[in-house]
Amino acid sequence: MIRFIAKRLGSGLVVLLVVSALTFFLLYMSSGSIARNILGDQATAEQVAMKEHELGLDQPLLTRYFAWVADALSGNLGASWFSSEPVANSLATRIPVTMTMVLAAMILIAICAALIGVIAAVKRGWVDRVVQVGAIVGDSVPGFVIGVILVTILAIQLGLFPATSTISPDSGADAWVYSMSLPVIALLINGVTGGAQQIRSAVIKQLERDYVRTLRSRGIGEREILFKHVLRSAAPAGLTVLSLQLIGMLGGVVIIEQIFALPGMGPLAVAATGQSDLPVVMGVVMYTVVVVIVVNLLVDILNGWLNPKVRVS
Amino acid sequence: MSPTESAPLLTVDQLVVEYPSKKFRAKPFRALTDINISIGRGETLGLVGESGSGKTTLGRAILGLAPVTGGKISFDGKDISHATRRDRRVLSRDLQVVFQDPYTSLNPALEIGDILAEPLGVQGMEPAAAKKRVKELLDQVGLPADAIHRLPREFSGGQRQRVAIARALALSPKLIVCDEPVSALDLSTQARVLDLFLQIQKDTGVSYLFVSHDLDVVRHISHRVAVMYHGEIVEQGPAGVVTTDPDHPYTQRLLLASPVPDPDRQEQRRADRHRLLETQRMQHEQAGALA
Amino acid sequence: MNNSSEEAAATAAAAAPATAIPAGQSGTVVRSTVIRRLFKNPLGIVAMTILLAVSLLAVLAPVLAPFDQNYANIAKTLAAPDSVNILGTDSAGRDVFSRLLYGAQLTLLSALLCAGVAIAIGLPAGLIAGYYAGKFEAASNWVVGILMSLPGLIVLLTIRAAFGPSVWMSMIAFGILISPSYFRLTRTAVQSVRNELYVDAARVSGLSDLSIIARHIFSVVRAPIIIQTAAIAGVAIAIQSGLEFLGLGDPTKSTWGVMLSEGFKNVYLNPTLLFWPALAMALTIGGLVLLGNAIRDALEDGEKIKPRRTKAPVTVPVAGRAAAPAARPSRKSVAAVDPGTEHHLVKVTNLGVGYPQADGSIKKVVDDVSFHVDRGEILGIVGESGSGKSQTAFSILGLLPDNARIVAGSIQFDGSYTVAPGEEHVSQERLSKLRGRRISYIPQEPMSNLDPAFTIGNQLVTPMVRVLGISKAEARKRALKLLTDVGIVSPERTFNAYPHEVSGGMAQRVLIAGAISCEPDLVIADEPTTALDVTVQADVLDLLRELQQRLNIGVILVTHNFGVVADLCDRVAVMQNGRLVEEGSVRDILRNPQEPYTQTLLASMLEGKEPMSMLVSTGQKEPVA
Repeated sequence: MIRFIAKRLGSGLVVLLVVSALTFFLLYMSSGSIARNILGDQATAEQVAMKEHELGLDQPLLTRYFAWVADALSGNLGASWFSSEPVANSLATRIPVTMTMVLAAMILIAICAALIGVIAAVKRGWVDRVVQVGAIVGDSVPGFVIGVILVTILAIQLGLFPATSTISPDSGADAWVYSMSLPVIALLINGVTGGAQQIRSAVIKQLERDYVRTLRSRGIGEREILFKHVLRSAAPAGLTVLSLQLIGMLGGVVIIEQIFALPGMGPLAVAATGQSDLPVVMGVVMYTVVVVIVVNLLVDILNGWLNPKVRVS
Repeated sequence: MSPTESAPLLTVDQLVVEYPSKKFRAKPFRALTDINISIGRGETLGLVGESGSGKTTLGRAILGLAPVTGGKISFDGKDISHATRRDRRVLSRDLQVVFQDPYTSLNPALEIGDILAEPLGVQGMEPAAAKKRVKELLDQVGLPADAIHRLPREFSGGQRQRVAIARALALSPKLIVCDEPVSALDLSTQARVLDLFLQIQKDTGVSYLFVSHDLDVVRHISHRVAVMYHGEIVEQGPAGVVTTDPDHPYTQRLLLASPVPDPDRQEQRRADRHRLLETQRMQHEQAGALA
Repeated sequence: MNNSSEEAAATAAAAAPATAIPAGQSGTVVRSTVIRRLFKNPLGIVAMTILLAVSLLAVLAPVLAPFDQNYANIAKTLAAPDSVNILGTDSAGRDVFSRLLYGAQLTLLSALLCAGVAIAIGLPAGLIAGYYAGKFEAASNWVVGILMSLPGLIVLLTIRAAFGPSVWMSMIAFGILISPSYFRLTRTAVQSVRNELYVDAARVSGLSDLSIIARHIFSVVRAPIIIQTAAIAGVAIAIQSGLEFLGLGDPTKSTWGVMLSEGFKNVYLNPTLLFWPALAMALTIGGLVLLGNAIRDALEDGEKIKPRRTKAPVTVPVAGRAAAPAARPSRKSVAAVDPGTEHHLVKVTNLGVGYPQADGSIKKVVDDVSFHVDRGEILGIVGESGSGKSQTAFSILGLLPDNARIVAGSIQFDGSYTVAPGEEHVSQERLSKLRGRRISYIPQEPMSNLDPAFTIGNQLVTPMVRVLGISKAEARKRALKLLTDVGIVSPERTFNAYPHEVSGGMAQRVLIAGAISCEPDLVIADEPTTALDVTVQADVLDLLRELQQRLNIGVILVTHNFGVVADLCDRVAVMQNGRLVEEGSVRDILRNPQEPYTQTLLASMLEGKEPMSMLVSTGQKEPVA
């Protein structure tokens, strides 16, 4: 098991390195006139050259990448070209907001999707049809449109929730809950139908396995068969579904934060992208990739624990 | 019915088949060891063994579907151990196959007519001529002519196996490798399909390599029988001898393990089997004590 | 931004590849083209109408739009709909209707570009990886792993930062990013086909790899690709609009995302500005999703087998039964069995089992079957596939599929009804008290009947703890004893093993141990030796005989093999097409069968026949379905 984890961790690091290199070269290779972008059209050629030198853009790409890696390893992700704030600091203040929201939405999605999916699979009938139709509707309306609709109806028309938030890391827990409930609901609605539908089919697939019939013939009760055997076998499929949902949500949350004006990663990423503030963009990509790698690692470990073939060998 | 007067049609000499292991640097898996068989013109060689014995692999190696790592396979005087796809295209006129599962050996999306015309088209036959040949084939295997425009799923297992046999016959081959062709069929269907195999051999003089796990089937259809066990041929000889009075301990066990459809004779066979197992166990122990 | 729906689309489409369901002998296959079925499906028609309308509006945008997309009338901002601006104007005084039409144009083109790029990369890569496997597959799997773990929107933000605001650039990038869904779809489909025997047959015929892919493999992936494309186009529209909503799109182009963002900024002033782009988006994506579903349904319908209506005597209208509810006894008081039959361990009387069909009729698979089994007796039920022998056995166990109906007759066990006359379902309430305790089951396929996630010991111990109410330690002791009894040499090791660690013969012994663990009165064995090698079969038959005699249990042995019947059974019932043809003592039936069907079956046996003689004298035509 430890060897298994070490192997996965190692391949995660390789992925991190590959993605960082790809992103770095993509960002810096094509932006020929980075300095001019920053200084504006009125700047003289000398000013542009000086700015390029100041940012280290006159050095070869490969040298700059290795410098970036060396800095990153010591925790220094560079500074924003516009606000001069260290990227690591910006991330540190914004990650808690985003991750609180993502985790809250994910936990809710996991619970609701599992419950609805299992009930739909076991009971069939109307619950099942509602899940099927819900999944179609959920697939048809993009997540951010759901967010917009929620704000318009619940916040602006009915005034139940704040349309925009004013939280900061120092705000109390009640302020956080108040500000975040609507965005979390938006993320939840977007993810829950698809998740429930896939958990449903995973459970149905297990229920149709031969060994379920044999367990019934042995006098084991339906409840025990469902909770001890079927759900355990369906869990890997469910975990994979949820991990993919989480990856998707890392993108979706950017727009949701923009809609609700939450001080998370979203506005930072959007502003940096608009201005081509490359160190910040780089930092955002790195944070995302690390989260994804950690999530995939956790899923692998859980699956290994659930599957005796992996556990035994 | 005395086939082997001239040189054999197929000779397999010291054949070894190994599959590379999935694991890095692990030893390859050896599926077949030092196989020697030959089949004469118009002859049927029955190949019997249990699951994992390598009997199917031997058939596939002859067809070029399994990797030959040692030894030699000669067909009609030519070495075909490592025949290329182009060689196979020429070879396919004389060497054909009928597989076990009549449900997966026909492409479900193609009409019967297209399935039967495939081998003809590969050989460059004109569509009109091919269509005529397909009609002949359907008649030969006892299927209605309107089967041409129907899909495999519209037929029962036995009928599908007839289609598969017709496909194998399309180019009038000299040898057909039959890989458990009746195992997936019901008893009465099996009997009819076996009759068809025998009739075709009588009419065309084709040779069969007939692979089966069922000693009764092999006894019924073969001139000679080879017994496979753990990737080796442990015994071969005339069908009447090998399937009623075998020499090898494994074949003896196999023969007595197959139940007969009469309670009293089966009771007798059961007793014989227990006696055999006991004798073999004692021989085994003595051999162990001597070693 | 909606990776989960990408995945949903991938798995949904992967389930679609057309695999033929083996046709039973009592059904005809209705053949109609997928397209025709698509036009019969109301949802499919709705989806196609929506998509056609949107496409037409997009193509005709330059003709239909009254204004240029960027023409701004500053004197008329946020205007309500009137005869000139039929949907009103936005905050810059631009015509909403015109912008909606031009937005449709850009949206559809970008979705097509994205799907095109994804297919161009994913399809060939998937074909190669699936067909040739090896290093290319390993390498592409690695790349796919990385691509799939990158959130789409974050990647598009990076592309935007690097290349500036270009719709085409971002859609090409998203196409690359989403190409794994085509790759995996194609690879899985190809892998499932490449080892099919018909591909082997094509190889033997000397077909080149290219011909095999074109002829046998491409046809399998074609339909799933279309379904996938519908889903991907929807996802592409969503993510492109999301990017524009963030203000990162091309400011000179009118798109639905930009319009939504514009509407959101003016939500306090004119909320209807939000409505039109949101509606356009939901309709278009919804149309694509519905179209995908409709195509999938059409494909699956093609494999359904419709019951043959001409077989009138076998199908009974449901109404006939529903109309006579008075005959159905109440749940509480189950009628007493006929006097004089209590002593039979099991008695099946005029049993009929059927499955409701789409047209309202019921297709019977067991019809008017009666037999009984006494204590210490082995009854063999023999028949060919589709004879209804397993269905009969499962109705005694109460383990028929959910949609099965008891359409006639009754079943009694040890003097009381498990299915009383007139009941439509097996009473789970009554049978759950009997199953495992007094009636047990030995399945056909040893491996698939053990839960791979639990040890063999656990699967033996739990039923004993539940059914007998003994302690775990006591159950463990008994399980080890049972494993010894069924001839397992090292019971301790087998007890701790997982199912994948033992052989098929050993697994079947474990299942037999499980079946007798709670000392049942009746064991139902469904082809218990069919999946085993002949030599292993002989051992397992010995074991069954020895256990049955020692424990004096009644056994119902379902099999197709007369040799197995001769070896074990006292009495035999022969079934054909759901009906019981003949029943009697094993010697009578095997030596002197009365019914022509039994005679034919026995005549098909090879044992004792003259080698190379014809077995069936009367012609050799297969009965035509």
